[in-house]
Amino acid sequence: MIEVIDLHKSLNGIHVLKGINFKVEKGEILALMGKSGHGKSVLLKHIVGIMKPDRGKILIDGEDISTSRGSALERLRKKFGFLFQGGALFDSINVFENVAFPLQEKTHMEKEKIREKVLRELEQVGLPGVENKYPAELSGGMKKRVALARCLCTDPEIMLFDEPTTGLDPVTARSINNLIKETHDRIRFTGVMITHDINQVISIVQKVAVLDTGTIEFTGTPEEIRTTQDPMVRQFFNDNELCENR
Amino acid sequence: MIRGIANAIEGLGHRILSSIANLGKTGVFLGTSVLYTFIPPLKFGRVIKQISFIGVKSSLIVILTGAFTGMVLTLQSYYGMEKFGAEALLGPAVALSLVRELGPVISALMITGRAGSALAAEIGIMRISEQIDAMEVMALNPYRYLIVPNLLAGIISFPLLASIFNVVGIYGGYLVGVQLLGVSEGSYFGEMINFIDMQEIRIGLYKSLSFGLIVTWISCYKGFHATYGAEGVSKATTEAVVTSSVLVLVWDYFLTSVMF
Repeated sequence: MIEVIDLHKSLNGIHVLKGINFKVEKGEILALMGKSGHGKSVLLKHIVGIMKPDRGKILIDGEDISTSRGSALERLRKKFGFLFQGGALFDSINVFENVAFPLQEKTHMEKEKIREKVLRELEQVGLPGVENKYPAELSGGMKKRVALARCLCTDPEIMLFDEPTTGLDPVTARSINNLIKETHDRIRFTGVMITHDINQVISIVQKVAVLDTGTIEFTGTPEEIRTTQDPMVRQFFNDNELCENR
Repeated sequence: MIRGIANAIEGLGHRILSSIANLGKTGVFLGTSVLYTFIPPLKFGRVIKQISFIGVKSSLIVILTGAFTGMVLTLQSYYGMEKFGAEALLGPAVALSLVRELGPVISALMITGRAGSALAAEIGIMRISEQIDAMEVMALNPYRYLIVPNLLAGIISFPLLASIFNVVGIYGGYLVGVQLLGVSEGSYFGEMINFIDMQEIRIGLYKSLSFGLIVTWISCYKGFHATYGAEGVSKATTEAVVTSSVLVLVWDYFLTSVMF
């Protein structure tokens, strides 16, 4: 379970997060929406403990990750998988080594078992046979799939997605969303997903939160966001509907 | 008017405070890296890989600059020594300059240009493409995987490369002094043994060892704290080369004055 309590953060003198509060129950996925530059990625980095808040708490299964250090922080981070916007694959090693990296470094699995698991994960994300390629040889969609395979191979309890389909064509975007849904159905991870297109993820997520000018302006189910009368949220949602209808 | 002066003083104070904070961050970065050097596990494979990158791949440029430094040093020294009839001491003069001073300093500057800039750029790109964040999310320590191997590789590679520089430089000097200018081979090499003892060689090695630490420390620090975008990486790379080069020369003066 993820619980964010009164989270504040200033960057370069700008108050980016102004008292964020929300809760994601175990097994739920929350879609986090909001305009670009309003602190969604910053919020995600706080949840995983890469950034530290100026004030507030981020509870991961009851433990505050923002104050955790050393082995306690390491133990909490082992629960996470994080799909970065650009994939964040290590470009000096090939796809196999990228996916195997967390297993080699953080588990005591035998080499053969690691190989089997990596190849299985790559097959599950629809990329069999690319293990010897380097990230530079892959398309944007393939990079995100490999990054997803790298996240999933450690069987994370919590998955964070930073715009998993931004910049991809609709077909690839849909296939990545389907992949996330299938994986969620299989391992029931708890998740937070930053997205700009609620229509595409409406069948995946159980909750939606809208972040605007540093505060959460709306939290509810996908159905509630469809029926809300809040003009700011409606504008956001209608824009998406408009895009879909075009 | 008064407000303008107050703003200027405030700006100056802000810059001074920010410089002190940066200095502190640089020190903490080194302290953390040194700490992780002594906390196992050491990523031995990565150390070897970085020795190859910093050391082996810099050897050609070090050999080339070493040869020409030795040659020009001999030519220049011969010009002065001939006036005093001291050509017989050409060999020791060249060797002393190379072993104590030019070998460690010039090889360090050349490696800074080749490997220091590449280190800063590589780590900077890893920073802006969130690869370092990805490492942290995987509960892996970026100091252990990225910084410590580079520091160790620098400390190991720099003295070795400086030694290569010295040997090649001395033979470069031999080509010019003995083969071209006609100084006797016996006096060129024979006198060296009388003037250069282990202490001289040790001073040179201590210098290049500390330069190895300085260059990799600054290059890694600049890359690690690169700001976003191509401009950020470009700035980090430039700063890494400039700061490392200046620090090498300043530290060289300090060490020379202490060990003279």
